[in-house]
Amino acid sequence: MSFRERLRRWPFWPMLWKEFIQMRRDRITFGMMTVLPAVQLLLFGYAIQTDVRNLPMVVYDQSRSAESRLLAETLVNTDVFVIVGEVASDAAVRVAIERGDARAALVIPPDYARQIAQGAPATAQLIVDAADPQTAGAALSGSQLAAQARGVAILTERIGAAPVSPVDLRVRPWYNPSQRSAVFIVPGVIGILLTLTLTIITSTAIVRERERGTLEQLVVTPIDKTSLMLGKLVPFVLVGYVQMTVVLALGRLIFDVPMRGSLPLLYALTLPFILASLGVGLLVSTVARTQGQAFQLSFFFMLPNILLSGYIFPREAMPEPAQWIGLALPLTYYLEILRGIMLKGIGVLPVAGEVAALVVFAVALVAVSVRRFHKTIE
Amino acid sequence: MPAAVETLGLTRRFGDFVAVQGLDLTIRRGEVFGLLGPNGSGKTTTIRMLTGLLPPSGGRATVVGHDVATGSERIRRAIGYMSQRYGLYDDLTVAENLRFYSSVYGVLGPTRRAVLDAHLESLGLSARRDQLAGTLSGGWKQRLALACATAHKPEMLFLDEPTAGVDPAARRAFWETIYAMARGGTTILVTTHYMDEAQRCQRLAFLSRGHLIGVGTPDEITRQFNQPTIEDVFIALQQADEARA
Repeated sequence: MSFRERLRRWPFWPMLWKEFIQMRRDRITFGMMTVLPAVQLLLFGYAIQTDVRNLPMVVYDQSRSAESRLLAETLVNTDVFVIVGEVASDAAVRVAIERGDARAALVIPPDYARQIAQGAPATAQLIVDAADPQTAGAALSGSQLAAQARGVAILTERIGAAPVSPVDLRVRPWYNPSQRSAVFIVPGVIGILLTLTLTIITSTAIVRERERGTLEQLVVTPIDKTSLMLGKLVPFVLVGYVQMTVVLALGRLIFDVPMRGSLPLLYALTLPFILASLGVGLLVSTVARTQGQAFQLSFFFMLPNILLSGYIFPREAMPEPAQWIGLALPLTYYLEILRGIMLKGIGVLPVAGEVAALVVFAVALVAVSVRRFHKTIE
Repeated sequence: MPAAVETLGLTRRFGDFVAVQGLDLTIRRGEVFGLLGPNGSGKTTTIRMLTGLLPPSGGRATVVGHDVATGSERIRRAIGYMSQRYGLYDDLTVAENLRFYSSVYGVLGPTRRAVLDAHLESLGLSARRDQLAGTLSGGWKQRLALACATAHKPEMLFLDEPTAGVDPAARRAFWETIYAMARGGTTILVTTHYMDEAQRCQRLAFLSRGHLIGVGTPDEITRQFNQPTIEDVFIALQQADEARA
């Protein structure tokens, strides 16, 4: 038989044809392709705000002076704090923070304005609800900024000119100058979404055939397991690309997430990641006996992906064992590629190592799953 | 020409449980052969070993001239299989199910459409060709499953309780089709619970607790065991075998 004839008779084609018809008739798959990306994007894009802004603050102003009002105003100008009320006692400060009405309280002593007028160092107190360290950190840097600004302003007034600091360390925030979380999170949503849906739909797809008895029927036909698996996989590659496109478009429209690098390059480098995610799903399907089991196993795989891949929390801050686990997840590498291309506008060279890792994952996972899948029904 | 099926000491164990014990069986070409036995007697396990769905734990078997241990891919091309669960895709239409399974068997090319249309026509499925398989009644599903299992004109057809849950009229029509295929030279191995269907087989084998307890034509068997009907033989053999257990 010639190669062309063998290609024409390859059982992969009917398998692919069947999968596409089933996909077209399945509303859940269609929803997974369009609605799920949108929901996830909005959820993560809006909800995950690692930049702390607008902390509610009460002010206990015992000085009641122009100086004390200026201090409060300077704190508000940092964008970290927003004044939600005035209180008149230490007890009221405690109540406001305990009830969660305020996350910070500015306490200005009665002699604050007098000390400034005398040229003595004036003291005020900022109480912070530091149960959440991220809030505490933001409050700390916000208060330092405000104190410095007030100090400079007061000194300028006193000596008639702006004082010159001996050291001037200027921070230049590249890639995300306004430091919006969405810019960081939205590219990650693509990776998380592909991992979630591709793993789950692939793992349940084969198990569903097992449950319905059609796998038993397929196994007695001359179809080879490569055709069977590839026929299942290829349509999902398309699903992955549709999802990615939805997130990219909405991320641009709603969150103004930049696309600094090459879009075709991003699509090309996404293929090994999609295949690796499908490979995980296939592997799950060779272990799970029911759709419920497949779903649970896929979900179990999601947790380390969300926590350890660098999707939300920087991997550099994690203890070493957690970093090693992160290295075993395809998403860790894909996030570098996504953020590199979208935010930094890099080409393929800076992420060549990540791309190689993904290719290895994809080939290994698919090969192991095909080997594990036996054309028998034990 | 070798026998359609030949087994020698065919055995299958699941852990400590012996599902099929040393089965010796010969099925001739073109025969309608019935495999009878109560639930759990090893009928389905036997069919699964012969169709390559389960590897045997011991013994040998050849199907249409190929050894099940080494020639399973060649066997798959030459046989059709219809399980009690039918194996149809509920979200594909009648015509799509048939097109899918026949393509997997290599029924392709310019004549495919004509071949499949004729096949649907012969099974009376033409009027329902665009109906989703999931919306068919039991009898029509069974007919479609048979169509899918036979579009590639297999040498041998395995039917695992094909008429469970189907009304009497559909069962009769089904058997007429089976006989027509047998006349055309197809060997048929069928398992069943229904004694009237057992009566329609040319030869029968009885299984109980995994081993063969009797084989022959329906007449031979009733005479051999001195019972009025196959059903009486069935009950007597089963009781005797269980008494020995």
